[in-house]
Amino acid sequence: MNRRDFIILAIKGTAAVVLARGLDGIFRPADVQAWTLPRRFVFLVDTYKCIGCGFCVKACKLENEIPFEADVSRTWVERYVITGDGEVFADTPKEARYGFITGRIDQGRGRFKDIPREKIKKAFFVPKLCNQCAKPSCVQVCPVGATYQNADGVVLVDRKWCIGCGYCIMACPYGMRFFHPVLHVADKCTFCYHRINRDMQPACVQACPTGARQIGNIKDPRDPVGSVIRTQRVAVHKPEYGTEPKVYIIGLDEEVR
Amino acid sequence: MVLESLWTIKELFVYPNEYIYWSIQIVMYPFMTGLVAGAFVLSSLYHLFDIKPLKEIARFALVFSFALLMVAPLPLLLHLTHPERSLYVMLTPHFTSAIAAFGVVLFVYASVVASELWFLFRKHLVESSLTLKGKTHKSPAEKIKYWIYTILTLGAFDLSATSLKLDAKAIRILAGVGVPIACFLHGYAGFIFGSVKANALWMTPLMPVIFIMSAIVSGVALCLLTYIIIMEIKKHLASRKSSPTAVNSLNEMKGVEADTMRTTVKYLTFFMVFSISLELLDLVFRGYTAVKSWDILRSIIYGKDFINIFLLQYVVGNLVPFVLLLLPGMTVKRAVPSLLLVLFGVFMMRWNVVIGGQSFSLTFSGYMDYHLPVIPYSLDTFKEGLGGALFIAVLPFILLWIFNMILPVLESKERDGKT
Repeated sequence: MNRRDFIILAIKGTAAVVLARGLDGIFRPADVQAWTLPRRFVFLVDTYKCIGCGFCVKACKLENEIPFEADVSRTWVERYVITGDGEVFADTPKEARYGFITGRIDQGRGRFKDIPREKIKKAFFVPKLCNQCAKPSCVQVCPVGATYQNADGVVLVDRKWCIGCGYCIMACPYGMRFFHPVLHVADKCTFCYHRINRDMQPACVQACPTGARQIGNIKDPRDPVGSVIRTQRVAVHKPEYGTEPKVYIIGLDEEVR
Repeated sequence: MVLESLWTIKELFVYPNEYIYWSIQIVMYPFMTGLVAGAFVLSSLYHLFDIKPLKEIARFALVFSFALLMVAPLPLLLHLTHPERSLYVMLTPHFTSAIAAFGVVLFVYASVVASELWFLFRKHLVESSLTLKGKTHKSPAEKIKYWIYTILTLGAFDLSATSLKLDAKAIRILAGVGVPIACFLHGYAGFIFGSVKANALWMTPLMPVIFIMSAIVSGVALCLLTYIIIMEIKKHLASRKSSPTAVNSLNEMKGVEADTMRTTVKYLTFFMVFSISLELLDLVFRGYTAVKSWDILRSIIYGKDFINIFLLQYVVGNLVPFVLLLLPGMTVKRAVPSLLLVLFGVFMMRWNVVIGGQSFSLTFSGYMDYHLPVIPYSLDTFKEGLGGALFIAVLPFILLWIFNMILPVLESKERDGKT
């Protein structure tokens, strides 16, 4: 090979690499999917419908193989009891995996509080799950990129790459993350990504007997959940953190934490 | 079973997944990097600004800084649930994370300190290597020492005046470059906490500056403390010899020690003023602005953590030693307990930030109590318990002892006297 051939070959090779990289940028599988089928998963929680049965928590733990007796969960239900003099009591006994089987408020350290019925002015349940934020602080702080956001908005954890520093757990303002008790990597609600990718519903949505939990695609103009979010009065948890949560709530009270 | 439930006790309304995830090792981490940075700044005061009374302690501080530096990443490593994956931070650094650059910063800083050490001790390395080379019958230990010294010279045997002058220049440059890097290394640890917007106690732009100032305080205090202890041991050993030279060197040692101590204490109190002012500013500002989180923060600061913050940190760890150090006529007997208290104060500050920051819930309506595992009954309770913390605390001293076998960490005076 003479020098001329070598230079020509080098130019061709570089062009090929540049082209291949460019195509790769355009045709990444996730991008292709987002392009062909625009999706942005959102969740709708109707607090008026939640009866605190805890089926969602139970279903979630079983579906996602989070040890049932371990005191961590991808989703939970909170109970709020507000008295006439403005006192707020809240609890989520065992994440409500067994539902709310007693009227007494769990105050930790094995203490429970009875609140006389006549004193209660307002009481309701609030299901909680990962907000799949548009600007997730957990993704921002992961030092190795083990947690990432898909084009459809769902934030996932690479269990083979998480080093277990716990920074994402610290960064989430909603307390959604925890260390998996068996795998010892960061874990969180994924909207049951393995299910919604197959056009199935998340386990909690399927288990909910009242329809308090619904999932939708905000990019689909005909999506019923999307149209509720667009046309009705909904709110998100803790918007002050600037994470832009994508779990919308109907009937969010100011006392909800 | 959730591991963190071993040391977390929840009270009132706390989210189910909330635990004290960052425990004692994460208290040790900023404490250790703080000592690294502080020790380096102390050594640079001499190398950079030529503050003569600090000459003795400067080279010691540099070696100590290096020993501490080697231990500094260990708490993080012990804390990771998958330490075998720790290298991923270097392989796939995700630079939007404040932790991602840790490996890079630490590596750069280690290179600077190692280079400075090399220039500082090159003369000694070459001389030792040549002396041992000249020996005809070497014992096995001497053979090993010979190889260590020869390898450490990196083949630079030139001891001419110009070459030594270049060494001195390099030390000066590295000391200058090192100060901002040392401050960055530790300010960065502060940033890791200060940038967590979910944590009401941590989130303040003052955090890196507070960390740097308290770092310098702790590093200077530890160096001076160790220096005094070593000098006392040396004086004790010298006093057992009754020769006139020994008496002379004993008196000389006393003079040098007192001089070094006075000057170092001066700088220590100077940095303490900054450190305490910043912390109080932070506290006052939070109380004055009283945003939403202030109710729960107040209940932590003035309630649950009152003893830890006001009594142990501010009074015992700051006020008492500050007064003791400022009183005229500094003696060793007064300096040692004061320095111990200063170190304790900085440790308590780290504790109150790391543990205190996790002792209230994200709900702002519940608390978490931390119970440090004291008696280990599993690897986890050792790593995340008192044993792991003590292991980290003792390690730099062991390293210092090993370094001292190879390098004349505190012997410059004696060596100068002999030649």
